[in-house]
Amino acid sequence: MSSENGKLLPETDAGGLNFEATELTLGLPGESRVTSDGVAKLGSKRGFSETVDLSLGDNKNTNKFGQSQIDVPEAAKSPVSKAQVVGWPPVRGYAKRRTKSCKYVKVAVDGAPYLRKVDLEMYNTYQQLLTSLEDMFSCFTIRNYLSDKKLDQVNGIEYVPTYEDKDGDWMLVGDVPWQMFVESCKRLRLMKSSEAVGLAAPRTPPKCSSAS
Amino acid sequence: MQKRLAYSLPDEVLEHVFSFIQSDKDRNAVSAVCKSWYEIERWCRRKIFVGNCYAVSPGMVIRRFPEVRSVELKGKPHFADFNLVPDGWGGYVLPWIAEMAGAYPWLEAIRLKRMVVTDESLELIAKSFKNFKVLVLSSCEGFSTDGLAAIAASCKNLRELDLRESDVDDLSGHWLSNFPETYTSMVSLNISCLGSDEVSISALERLVSRCPNLRSLRLNRAVPLDKIANILRLAPQLIEFGTGAYSAELRSDVFSNLAGAFSNCKELKSLSGFWDVVPDYLPAIYSVCSRLTSLNLSYATIQSPDLLKLVSHCPSLQRLLVLDYIEDSGLEALASNCKDLQELRVFPSDPFGVEPNASLTEQGLVAVSLGCPKLQSVLYFCRRMSNAALVTIAKNRPNLTRFRLCIIEPRTADYLTLEPFDIGFGAIVEHCKDLRRLSLSGLLTDLVFEYIGTYAKKLEMLSVAFAGDSDLGLHYVLSGCKSLRKLEIRDCPFGDKALLANASKLETMRSLWMSSCSVSYGACKLLGQKMPKLNAEVIDERGPPGSRPESCPVEKLYIYRSVAGPRFDMPPFVWTMNEDSTLRLS
Repeated sequence: MSSENGKLLPETDAGGLNFEATELTLGLPGESRVTSDGVAKLGSKRGFSETVDLSLGDNKNTNKFGQSQIDVPEAAKSPVSKAQVVGWPPVRGYAKRRTKSCKYVKVAVDGAPYLRKVDLEMYNTYQQLLTSLEDMFSCFTIRNYLSDKKLDQVNGIEYVPTYEDKDGDWMLVGDVPWQMFVESCKRLRLMKSSEAVGLAAPRTPPKCSSAS
Repeated sequence: MQKRLAYSLPDEVLEHVFSFIQSDKDRNAVSAVCKSWYEIERWCRRKIFVGNCYAVSPGMVIRRFPEVRSVELKGKPHFADFNLVPDGWGGYVLPWIAEMAGAYPWLEAIRLKRMVVTDESLELIAKSFKNFKVLVLSSCEGFSTDGLAAIAASCKNLRELDLRESDVDDLSGHWLSNFPETYTSMVSLNISCLGSDEVSISALERLVSRCPNLRSLRLNRAVPLDKIANILRLAPQLIEFGTGAYSAELRSDVFSNLAGAFSNCKELKSLSGFWDVVPDYLPAIYSVCSRLTSLNLSYATIQSPDLLKLVSHCPSLQRLLVLDYIEDSGLEALASNCKDLQELRVFPSDPFGVEPNASLTEQGLVAVSLGCPKLQSVLYFCRRMSNAALVTIAKNRPNLTRFRLCIIEPRTADYLTLEPFDIGFGAIVEHCKDLRRLSLSGLLTDLVFEYIGTYAKKLEMLSVAFAGDSDLGLHYVLSGCKSLRKLEIRDCPFGDKALLANASKLETMRSLWMSSCSVSYGACKLLGQKMPKLNAEVIDERGPPGSRPESCPVEKLYIYRSVAGPRFDMPPFVWTMNEDSTLRLS
């Protein structure tokens, strides 16, 4: 996966991203969330996996264009609320590898000119996946239906994580138990909130994502 | 005098006497008495256990024991469970099956743990052993439902098919239909590890209905709740049952059908499964709860009040596996209700979270240690601990034989005193004189290892992570723990000195694993060269260890005793430190 450059080019503004108003730039990964410390700061907002507050679009980090290229490895950076050590804590099942090498799915973001890929097998909960997506698309505020909290709208356009399942239907992320999601998800799309109206809402907020 | 005695009994009589001796240790002792006993014994040994598949070659086993009916093999080191052993490391069973296919046509049982099993291996088993009865694949991988289909189609006398915790490529649920209509021998079927793909429910029901001896049935998550009642009614003689996903919209007809089906099962002693539990359906099992001796709720993401209620219905419980949702209050209820409890495992519901998401502390474990006099085996994940609690537990429960504590955050100190846990674990090994297995965690200095070396004389397996200050720690363990067989260490400042000083100890052990420690390549080479009865293997994904200075620490080191010499199936990232190979390395 090639590294992406810092700033979205104006030609790609077809999706209607209002740069001036929202100052949407892809911040360098090291800027607002320095590995474990930075994420831990954000982690303090997180209680349980069901109540993730995901408004990460920190638009204070502007104008990083011109500095070194963004090199966000695909999901290889552990999806963590703190620095994660391989094989610790020693729990089975979470760490189990599949005979299939991994479960890579493409992630598209409305209005962004590039796709990313994530390996769903790297995560164990929705919280971890969404954290990682936010890291990758750090300027976007991603709505998490698992949370009851109202999100801070200050930072701009809200995106809703959706996925295409095995049957070709587009569903809201968070709909089904985590493991079931991993197995049926074919690809992800961060859809603008305004466009996500027609999707099926989650039946009941799932309580079990972290333990699946 | 001895010789005359040995010859005075005819071989057949000796053989008959030996047939009552089942334990491997005793059999080995028998075979060491004299040559003729060795000969008689080897011809009548029917079961062999190989704790490390690379410790001996299939050919050696077959040559010594020509009439074996049951084989048990273990492959990868334990830390493979936690992703510390890269894929492709080894543990292939095919060479064993291939040689046994020719040598043991009457083989009845194969039990494997942490091995790579392929569909080809399964197909070979299916066609080679006419009287095949038992296949247990524990934490294995590399095979698919196609391989299972071959087993189902050919093994007419199969009694046990147990895939516990294996990683199976779920290609199709239809493999179950491969059991012919004439097949009726199933006694134990465990498919709980199979994925979410559809399992053919009708094939399952037909299988269950025609197997009157079925005593243990563990379903996978894909089997819905509303199918369970029917299956239970087809097999009311079950002793062990594992549900599928235990969730559905609450409907009184489904509930009463289920409750009725459970109450029909008068011999049910063990329950498991319970994925995605809807608490409203739990009372359906209440009728069997009073008889339950084993309950596995490690997938049941239900909260403390429901768990507490459930556990209070199970006074006969001997074994409980549960998530930390049970909380201290639930464990206190367990302690007052379940006086027969022998084994407790509490798993973390959110192992990677920063904050605790359940009110489970050291108090719960203390309560159980006080209330459950028969408690022997503990696996406990928690986020805080104190030396005081550990000392209390040790004094309450000197009969502990397995104690595995995982304080989730590495190097966490005693939350009351901010001290290391040397005293606490020291108390455990001092009081629990029959302790065979111990896993450490939290902040620990070399002192804890001094205690372990001094007191843990029966300790067979020790797991250490993020602990110790110096080589002295490792030295205490290697020089003090007389019964040590398996030692696994990660992220500790242990280096060359202790290892080299205790090299001969390693020949008395099954294996030693050290990863992210400070053992140098030079020391590994030395061990490999000086100790021919050991296989010293370096696992290093950075490239050949010879391309770095000798003083450079290796990523991972796995040393095991072997009479088979270095293995031939090593992947590119594993290097043997054996003499011949090191010549190739530089």
